[in-house]
Parts: sequence; C-alpha cells; structure tokens
Amino acid sequence: MLDILFDFIKILFYTLRDVFPILSLILFFQIVVLKQPIPHLKRVILGGVFVVLGLSFFIMGLEKALFPIGEIMASQLADPAFLGNVDGEVLHWSNYYWIYIFAAAIGFATTIAEPSLIAVAIKAEEVSAGTISPLGLRITVAIGVAFALALGTFRIVTGIPLYLFIMGGYIIVIIQTIVGPKDLIALAYDSGGVTTSTVTVPLVTALGLELSGVVPGRNPAVDGFGLIAFASLFPIISVLGYSQFMVLKKRMSNLK
Amino acid sequence: MLKNHFLLLIKKLKVSLLDLMPIIVVVVFFQTVVIQQPFPQIGEVLIGVLFVVFGLMLFIEGLEMGLFPIGEALAYALAKKGSLFWLLIFAFALGFSTTIAEPALLAIAKEAALISSDAGLISQDPDTLNNYALGLRLSVAFSVGIAIVIGVLRILKGWPLYYLIIGGYILVMLMTAIAPKEIIGLAYDAGGVTTSTITVPLVTALGVGLANVIKGRSPLLDGFGLIAFASLLPMIFVMAYGLFWFK
Repeated sequence: MLDILFDFIKILFYTLRDVFPILSLILFFQIVVLKQPIPHLKRVILGGVFVVLGLSFFIMGLEKALFPIGEIMASQLADPAFLGNVDGEVLHWSNYYWIYIFAAAIGFATTIAEPSLIAVAIKAEEVSAGTISPLGLRITVAIGVAFALALGTFRIVTGIPLYLFIMGGYIIVIIQTIVGPKDLIALAYDSGGVTTSTVTVPLVTALGLELSGVVPGRNPAVDGFGLIAFASLFPIISVLGYSQFMVLKKRMSNLK
Repeated sequence: MLKNHFLLLIKKLKVSLLDLMPIIVVVVFFQTVVIQQPFPQIGEVLIGVLFVVFGLMLFIEGLEMGLFPIGEALAYALAKKGSLFWLLIFAFALGFSTTIAEPALLAIAKEAALISSDAGLISQDPDTLNNYALGLRLSVAFSVGIAIVIGVLRILKGWPLYYLIIGGYILVMLMTAIAPKEIIGLAYDAGGVTTSTITVPLVTALGVGLANVIKGRSPLLDGFGLIAFASLLPMIFVMAYGLFWFK
C-alpha cells in the first residue's frame, strides 16, 4: 500500500513537470502578450489540479492494466501450447491466426466507438454537402483499422520490413490525393490521427512488442513497433477511398 | 452547484468507461471463448482499469474546465491580432507543450526505452532509460512545434496541403534509408501518437481560428491539415534521434 502511495507521489512530480510547459505558455500569452486577466481563475486552477491528478492516475493504470492486457493477450494467443505445437517446430505464419483476429477485433471495436472519429464523420458530412454518410464513414474507417492491425500483426510474425508496407501505403495515398475529390483531403489526412486514442495506443503497442518477443526469430527492437503506424495510415486510405466511391456512385446515378 | 458538479462528474465517468468498453468486450470474449482460461493477474488489472478510467475522466474534465477554453480563445485572439511574430512563437510553443504532456506519447516512450535496453542498444541503468525516454519525447515535441509553425504558415500563404505532405513523405523515405533499423518502427509509430488527447483540440482551434480570420480561406478546407503535419515531422525527427543514439 505504501509502495503505491510512494509511486503515486513520484508520478505526480513527473506529471507536474510535463504539464508545466503548457500552463506557462497559456499564462505568458494571456498576461504578457494579450495583457488580459485570466477569466474564471478559480475554475482554471481547479482544472489544472484535475489535469495533473488525472494524468498521474492514468499513468499508474497504464502500467497496471493497459500494458499488461496487451502483453497477456499476445503471449496467450501466440503461446506454443495454445497453438497446439508441443514438439517446438517452427510454425508457419498462418498458425498464428487467432492473433490476427484479435488485433482486427480490437481495431474495429475501439475505432467504431471512438468519439473523435464520430466528430470527424459529422464534419465530413458537412464538407461533402451530404454525399458522405457519417455511419458509413465510421464503418469504413473501423474496417480500415481492423485490417491495418491484422496486417500489422502479420508483419510482426513474418518479420517483413515495416517500411515496405508504409511506402506502399504512401504511394496509394499520393495516387488517391491526385485523383480523388480535393475538398476532403485535409480532413482525410487528419483522420489518420484520430483513430489512435490514448487508451488504444499503449495496449496495441504492448501487444506488438510482446508478440515480437514470443514469436521465434523476431526481435522486439526491430519488429515490435509499427502497429500504430499502420493504424494511422489506413484511415487516410479508407476515408479517401470512401469519398471517391461516394462521388463515383453519385455520378453513376446522375447518368441514369 | 456542488451537487450538479458531482452529477456531471459521474456522467463523465460513464463516458470514459464507455471508451474502454469495446476493449473489455473483445478481451473478455477471447478469454472465455477462445482461450478458455482464467485471465492472469485479474485483480491487479482490474484495479489498473479503474485507475485508467478515473484518471482519464479527471484529465479530460480538467482540460475542459481550464486549458481548452483559454487556449482556444487565445488561439483565436492571436490569429486576429495579426502579429506574425507572436503567432509563430505561439504556434511552436503550443505544439511543443501539448505534446510533452500527451499521455500516449509518455506510454510509448517508456516502452521504447525498455525495449532498447533489453536489446542492448542503450545501457540498462535507470538514468539512461529516463534520459532516452525524455529525449525521445523532447524530439517528438520539438518536431510537432515545427510542424504547427509550418502548418500556420501554410494557412497564411495558402500553400496547397498535398505538396507539403508529399514532400514530407519523400523526406520520410530518405530518412528511412539512412536511419538505423531499430528506430524505424518506433519513429513511424511516433507519428500516430502525437495527435491524441490534448494536441488535437487546441491545434484545431488555432487552425480554424486562423482560417476564419483570413479572407478567402474556408475553415473547413484550410482549418484542418495542421494535424497531418504533426504526424509527419515526428517520424523524421525520431529517425534523426535514432541516428544520434545508436551510431
């Protein structure tokens, strides 16, 4: 119990250091540059206390829950005993199918419920004057992230270099940018960031690192990262693809 | 007043619990149907989940009470004031300071330090680990600061977004060719991590505020796109950081 308290105080101290720049930035600009008092000072101070306390609790929970969940799921689903491999022979990548399914399920479930994606989807409907339906966009992005994480875990199992996939993804994005509808480009690029939320990032990172540690022949330092990169690239492709598809569909129905 | 606030907190708690719900559902399903074994360390993990839910709730509530309204008003006021010097300083400082406090980046930096020391790339002692993780976060924060400055200049000058993005992709490819292979995965991931809880709302406010103030700019078209830079430049800077540490 005392240990937890001691840990918490240490984390609290680090958090104060982390939050200090943003607090001083806002104070400096408000008072020195704009020469205005802080509105609702009491509320703002209370808010600052909440931010520091909340972040400290989150970091405690990170180490007790989010990292362990990712690690435990990866080690269970890639465990030779679970895979029915008792003689210790080297497994084919297709033997690890449960890990791909798990990664896809986590990707789909967290993305479809992601609040910032819902906000982006509503904005996309406004920008496109109703051509894009918010629910359709959310499902498209969620499938994109599910596919991204499944492909990402496949890459970790096989050890194919990450940059090949990312370069391939970039080339697709560049082509889509050139031929696709222009008014959704900025929104699509931004949507890459919104799918990787604060809760998902630690869990998925731990999943990838543990997986690369369990699969024989893989090295966590080289192969373990990259899942977040996949999950940020695929939404761009799916948003651009979805908007292209909707524009095409509209054109077809106009032709009739 | 106090009671209302309390009720609001409970509501917020429910919202952050809902954020975790999809993960819980998927994990429980796999544990019971696929693995069919009791979940290891279940007690500790549950306590941790409570910490995460409660912490995120407090964190977001605190941001909405103070930082967000002031930050947004500030971004808007500076955009209107028309002093390019202060605007650019603000843009850099905003990108830097919001990224340093970003929880997801903290998480990934920590894991990265552990993995690199396990692989023998950096030494095992706690000081080196902390320095490596902090250095990683500083270089990401610095790059996000620069990215926001470029993004603001783009909105002011009306440069097309995709030229800059494609240029950025080409730089990423060039850096990939020369960076040590142990840093590449981490660098690519750093791009997706920078844009979550704190950075997005404040930076979007700055972009939309700017696009509103400048004639001939549409907030929807030009206001976005700041985040896109904030995910590109960290990749380039983290690869440079890897060159510095691992060679």
